This record gives sequence, C-alpha cells and structure tokens, in this order.
Amino acid sequence: MAWDRNQMAARAAQELQDGWYVNLGIGIPTLVSNYIPEGVEVTLQSENGMLGMGPFPYEGEEDADLINAGKQTITELPQTAYFDSAQSFAMIRGGKIAMAILGAMEVAENGDLANWMIPGKLVKGMGGAMDLVAGVGRVVVVMDHANKHDVSKVLKECTLPLTGKAVVDRIITNLGVMDVVDGGLKLVELADGVTDEEFRAATEATLVN
Amino acid sequence: MKKVFANATDALDGLLKDGMFIASGGFGLCGIPELLLEAIKQSGVKDLTFASNNAGVDDFGIGILLQTKQVRKMLSSYVGENAEFMRQYLSGELELEFNPQGTLAERMRAGGAGIPGFYTKTGVGTVIADGKDHKDFNGETYIMEEGIFADLAIVKAWKADETGNLMFRKTARNFNAPAATCGKICIAEVEEIVPTGSLDPDAIHLPGIYVNRIIQGDHEKRIEQRTVRQKETA
Repeated sequence: MAWDRNQMAARAAQELQDGWYVNLGIGIPTLVSNYIPEGVEVTLQSENGMLGMGPFPYEGEEDADLINAGKQTITELPQTAYFDSAQSFAMIRGGKIAMAILGAMEVAENGDLANWMIPGKLVKGMGGAMDLVAGVGRVVVVMDHANKHDVSKVLKECTLPLTGKAVVDRIITNLGVMDVVDGGLKLVELADGVTDEEFRAATEATLVN
Repeated sequence: MKKVFANATDALDGLLKDGMFIASGGFGLCGIPELLLEAIKQSGVKDLTFASNNAGVDDFGIGILLQTKQVRKMLSSYVGENAEFMRQYLSGELELEFNPQGTLAERMRAGGAGIPGFYTKTGVGTVIADGKDHKDFNGETYIMEEGIFADLAIVKAWKADETGNLMFRKTARNFNAPAATCGKICIAEVEEIVPTGSLDPDAIHLPGIYVNRIIQGDHEKRIEQRTVRQKETA
C-alpha cells in the first residue's frame, strides 16, 4: 500500500496556506489544484504570464490565447491578471510566490533537485524550473519514491544535472513525506499502509531523527 | 513615418541578412509571429540565431525554419515539442544555448532597457553557471547574465494602432513584450490595426516607440495541447 497520484496531490494540497500565491509544475503537481482545502484561498500562477489560473475549458470554449505553462488550454477567473514573461519571472525571482510544487527526477538529502535533463537521452530544457527553485519562498517536490527500475529517487547525491542546489524544503512521495534538515532528511509522515521499515529500505538518502 | 506595411514580406524588406540575430515572441505556439516566420522562411535567409523561448513544433512556428535548415543557433528554455530540433541538435547541426525561462525573458528586457548585464540567483550551482561571473550580495551567490541585443525583433500582438502602440490578449503577451524591446528594429504582426486614437492610452501594453513596422493578417493560432473538462450533468 502507498499513495497513488491523486493521494499524493491531495497530501501536497495540505501544504497550501490561505492567501498564498503558488506555482504548480507539470504532472502530479497540476492535480494539486483539485484538492485545495476548504477555506483556503490560493492564487495559482502560470509562469507564461498569468495569476488566477482557472480550470480547463468546456469543449468548444478553448481559446488559443489562453494556455498554461504546460501549453494546455485553460480558463480565467474573476481575479485573473495577465502580464509578460519578464514580469512573470520578476515576481518569481523577487520572492513574491510563496511556494512552488514541482515534479522531480531525483532529489538529494541536501535539497539538490534534478528535473530537467538526462544527458544523451532527454534534452528538453529547464523551462522555468531553475528560476522557480531559486526564487520562490518554499519548494515542495512531489514524485514517486523510486523510478521504474525500483531504484530510489531520494538520494544521497543527485546523479543528473541539477536544476537547483540545496533548494528543496519538503519531499512528498508515494511512500511518505520528508523534510530537508541538517544532516539529511527527516521523515515527517508515512503514507497509508507503509511501514517505517519499508520506507527506510526504499530510501537511499540519509534519514535523521 | 508610415509604420503600416501591406504584408510580412514587405515589412521584412531590406532587413534580412544571413547570420543575423532575431528575437522572437511567443510561448509554445501561443502568441508566435507566425506570418513573419513564414515570410522569413520564404526569403531563404540562413545561418540565423534565434532567441525564442521555444522552437515551435515540426511544421509550425520556428520549426518551419528548422526544416529548411535556416537556423544555426537557438537560445531557448524548452525545446521538447520538436523532433526535428532534437535530431539536428543531437547530430551537431544546430547549436543550442539553454537559458532558464526567466533569465531569457530578463535578458531581453535588460537588452531593451540598455542594461548589458545583471546578476541572478537562477542557475547558481548548475551547468548554467559554468564560466559565468559569480558575485556575492548580502551573503548569497549570484551569477551574471548578459542582456540580449538582437538585430531584429519579431512579435505578435492582438491590436495595434497606426503608430505601433500594441495591446496583447491573455497569455499571448508572454515573451512578445520583452522581445519587442531588445531588437534594433521591431516588426509586430497583429490581428487588427485600428485607427490612431481608438485605443485607450491607459490600456496600451507596449508603447509604439518600440515598434518600427506593423502588419495585419489572418492568424491560424494553433493550439498545442487542447485540454477540456466535461460539463457536469445534472
């Protein structure tokens, strides 16, 4: 037993605080918007130039001029504001965005994050991820604990090119929740049905108390 | 001086030369100067360097110039949607300089504002920082990035008046505003040119001082990822 994608997104949504401006990455982080807790008002930023991102449009109401950072058609809300890319990253770099929730290929126990390329294999680019991890108040990573070969993605050191050095604050995986602290990672919470023993066996990084 | 031209080919007349550096607006396929890109393709100009967040898809956007091998180098943050791009890059035919998205936008903004370099925390401790000047401010390390000064800027806007004042629409503004400012010459293609005086001066997104030439035309405005939700049934 462990959390599925939606349960991970629901757990990540518990990180949101009322009044925050937040940026959600592509993949599981996008699902977080489905689980924003009652009474918590957050404004979603899309780094291609929008605050106040609404849900996907109904069929026939798509607008080519209105997309999110994943290039998906979306809608606007009453509080929506648009701006250009320079201003969008000015608010990111300037620390105005409280939190980013991002996916990852690897995370290390010192908070290093790798999520933008696999040399020789996958060359897509970092997009806005390097700016986000360098600029936002808090970085939460949501990802599977292991890759498809069952190798831990929660590592002592990243093997892939970094997106940011010592930038991650909290990691949410299908097995549980960890914080980056002095000396390694601290287990905050186990996913439903996961034992402490299973969690430790699946984690390469140093776990501290 | 008259800024309005009949079409993209006329607007580019006398401006194109092999090896030139072009800054382009757009994010994905949203708000790209599709008419100017097509006219650049038709011109046959080559060895181009493009500063553009993305490289389009194989048959739309900058992708059409990759197919004809008119592009030598790209400055981009994300090129994942273009198979021909990947092929040319991995075979060494095409040079690629990855720029973090915010760094690319700020490099354009800075160039347009006469700022040759600036410091940012983005990319510190990554390959992006290799070979760049590092400097500490208030106990934190930053790297220097350089402003972009392009030979030509090509952008897409929603509306222009005859003096080049521009209004964008929704997220199609993206890189168009910073790109427009960093070219020696800027051409804007718009959906509608309206008479001067009909735009609210308080609602202009980019003043006409940045825009040298304007064209109006029909835009395909292709959608890259059409994503919809189902209507709830009662």
